[in-house]
Formats: sequence, structure tokens, C-alpha cells
Amino acid sequence: MRLRGLVALLIALAATAFATALGAEPALRSATEFLSDALKREQADLTANRGSLWVDQGRALWTAAPAGTDGRTCASCHGDLASMKGVAARYPAADAASGQLLTLEMRINACRTRHQRQAALAPESDDLLALTAALAVQSRGMAVDIAINGAAGPAFEAGRAWFNTRQGQLNLACSQCHVDNVGGKLRGDTISSGLGTGYPAYRLEWNGLGSLHRRLRACQIGVRAVDLPFGSPEHVALELYLAWRARGTAIEAPAIRR
Amino acid sequence: MRTRRVTLPATAKAGEIIEIRAVILHPMVTGHSAAGANTVARRIIHTFTAVYDGEEVFRANLGTGVASNPLLVFTTVATKTGDLVFTWIDDSGETAVETRRLTVTPA
Repeated sequence: MRLRGLVALLIALAATAFATALGAEPALRSATEFLSDALKREQADLTANRGSLWVDQGRALWTAAPAGTDGRTCASCHGDLASMKGVAARYPAADAASGQLLTLEMRINACRTRHQRQAALAPESDDLLALTAALAVQSRGMAVDIAINGAAGPAFEAGRAWFNTRQGQLNLACSQCHVDNVGGKLRGDTISSGLGTGYPAYRLEWNGLGSLHRRLRACQIGVRAVDLPFGSPEHVALELYLAWRARGTAIEAPAIRR
Repeated sequence: MRTRRVTLPATAKAGEIIEIRAVILHPMVTGHSAAGANTVARRIIHTFTAVYDGEEVFRANLGTGVASNPLLVFTTVATKTGDLVFTWIDDSGETAVETRRLTVTPA
């Protein structure tokens, strides 16, 4: 019996080594899994979730015409906010007109500049976060489903390469924490698979809502790398790769994060 | 106007205990700063009250240990149909008021 157990163990070890060699990963783990029960409850219940404050603002902005326009609102073209169900699950996506890869935030700004003739909203401004949150919450619970072919193809490969590239003074790649050490500790926090499905998220450290881009910058500061400006192609490509990694998992925005 | 959200049932049976949630967007500036740093005036919500049909049923005195965007969850007993008035008051004297109608049906 003992011998048979040993053989089974060896087979299991060999299978694990084989799977690792092929690049297969264990099941993805969202950061939600590592929250306290109280925070999990706050995230699940939108009446307690503080991210809802931004969703409410975004809902108001959806039907409000920006000053100095011909009165055209988001709703004038898109209709009711509920009709945007599933949109956030498809971003980042390539823009049909320019072929450029856009995050949901960049898409909102593209709409503003093209159709409303307005200046783009500043990154991380309350208005941009509010509109993003109001759109993202429409896709809550839906599976991430993005396209990586066509115009998005080169960016996808760039994102995958970026994810696996060591950077910063600590010389760490994203994958070294978010693939190799998921469930491990970075000081007091537990490392997740780095899914990004909860963003824009209400992060306790920020005392407010922030985008995935802001969260990625926090990681870059952590490994003492150069933090790239908002909307830089490297970041958009990385967001695309993260969304591809998270394909099939549920959108959790606005999530609660530590 | 500060964004806020109050959640409570629209109707309840007489004698029923109802849960109320009130959350408001507020930075809750503590005014605490490191020695030598520029001082900032404290600006927190120091008082929250809930008045049900003219009677105060809940009051919270908040301190500097409370995080931004405070969420308060409390209960009251549904007695009769009336307005619930929720008031947040901060250090600058700014007041936010939210009113909700509760319809009470006989038990």
C-alpha cells in the first residue's frame, strides 16, 4: 500500500511538472477570495458597496448634457444605461474607426471628443471613474469575453510579453507574483492572480474608487519600475492580456479591494 | 451636493424591525498631520441623525478615526406611516439631508 501511495505521488508530481512546463496554471483566484467576510458582503451588496456612490454619479452623468454642447448626452445615442449590459466585459477592444486599442475609459473619452465635441475627461477624475463604474456595473456577473485577433493581435502579444518581462530595481515580472506565488503573501496582503475584473474598484488604501490602470501603477511603484503615464500603449496592452487571462471569470466591478 | 445613498424598505408591517443603510461621499479630513508638516483644518462629518415622524431614532457622533465615505447601518421599529429624515453635518457647517417615506401596514 505504501509503495502504491508513493507511485501515485510520483505520478502526481510528474503531472504537475509537465503542466508547468506547458505553461498551464492552476485555477485563477480573484482578490475577492482573500477579502474578509465583511468586505465580501460589502462588495456583493450594492446598497452597502461604497463604489455605488460613483455608480450613482455616473448614472446622473449618462443623461446630463455637458456644458457648451448641443444638448447631446450619452443616452441620446446609446439609450438607457441598462442597454450597455455586457459592454464592459468586452474591453479593452480595438476601435473600429482608428484600429487603436481602447480601454473602457479611453472609449468614453473617444465618445466625448468625437460626438460631444468636449475635452477628454482627465484620467482618474471623478466624472470618468463615475461613468466607467456605471457602465461596468451593468456587466456585473457576466463573463469576460474579449477579442484578441485582428487589430488587437499585436497588442495582445505585446501585453503577454510585458506580463512576463522583469522590470524595476527589484527585477520582477508580473508573472513571478501573479502566476508563481498566488496565495502567498506580500507583507500583509495575499497575492491574487491579478485579474482586474473588479476595476474600477473601491480600494481602502485609496479611500475611493480607482481604475485598473492606477492599480497597475501601484504594482510598478512596488517593484521600483518607471510608472508609465495613463493611457500608454504598454498599459493598454497589459490590460488586454490580463482580460484574456481572466476570460470566462465574472466581472466584479465595483469591487472592494484592500 | 454630496452624493449619498440611503437604503430602506418602502413598506413595512407595524412592529417590524427595519434595517437602514446610509452612505455618503465625504473625505473625512482628520486634520492630523506629521510634526512640521502644513496643518490642514479638520473637516469630518461629526453628526448623523435619523428622525422618524418627528422623533429622533438614531444618532451617531463620528470622530477622526472614521474612514472616508462613512457607511452607517442601523435598525428601527416601524410604528406608523411617516417620513424618515437623515441628516449629516460636517465641521464646515455643511448639511446634507435626505428624506424617505415609509409606509406602514397593520401587522
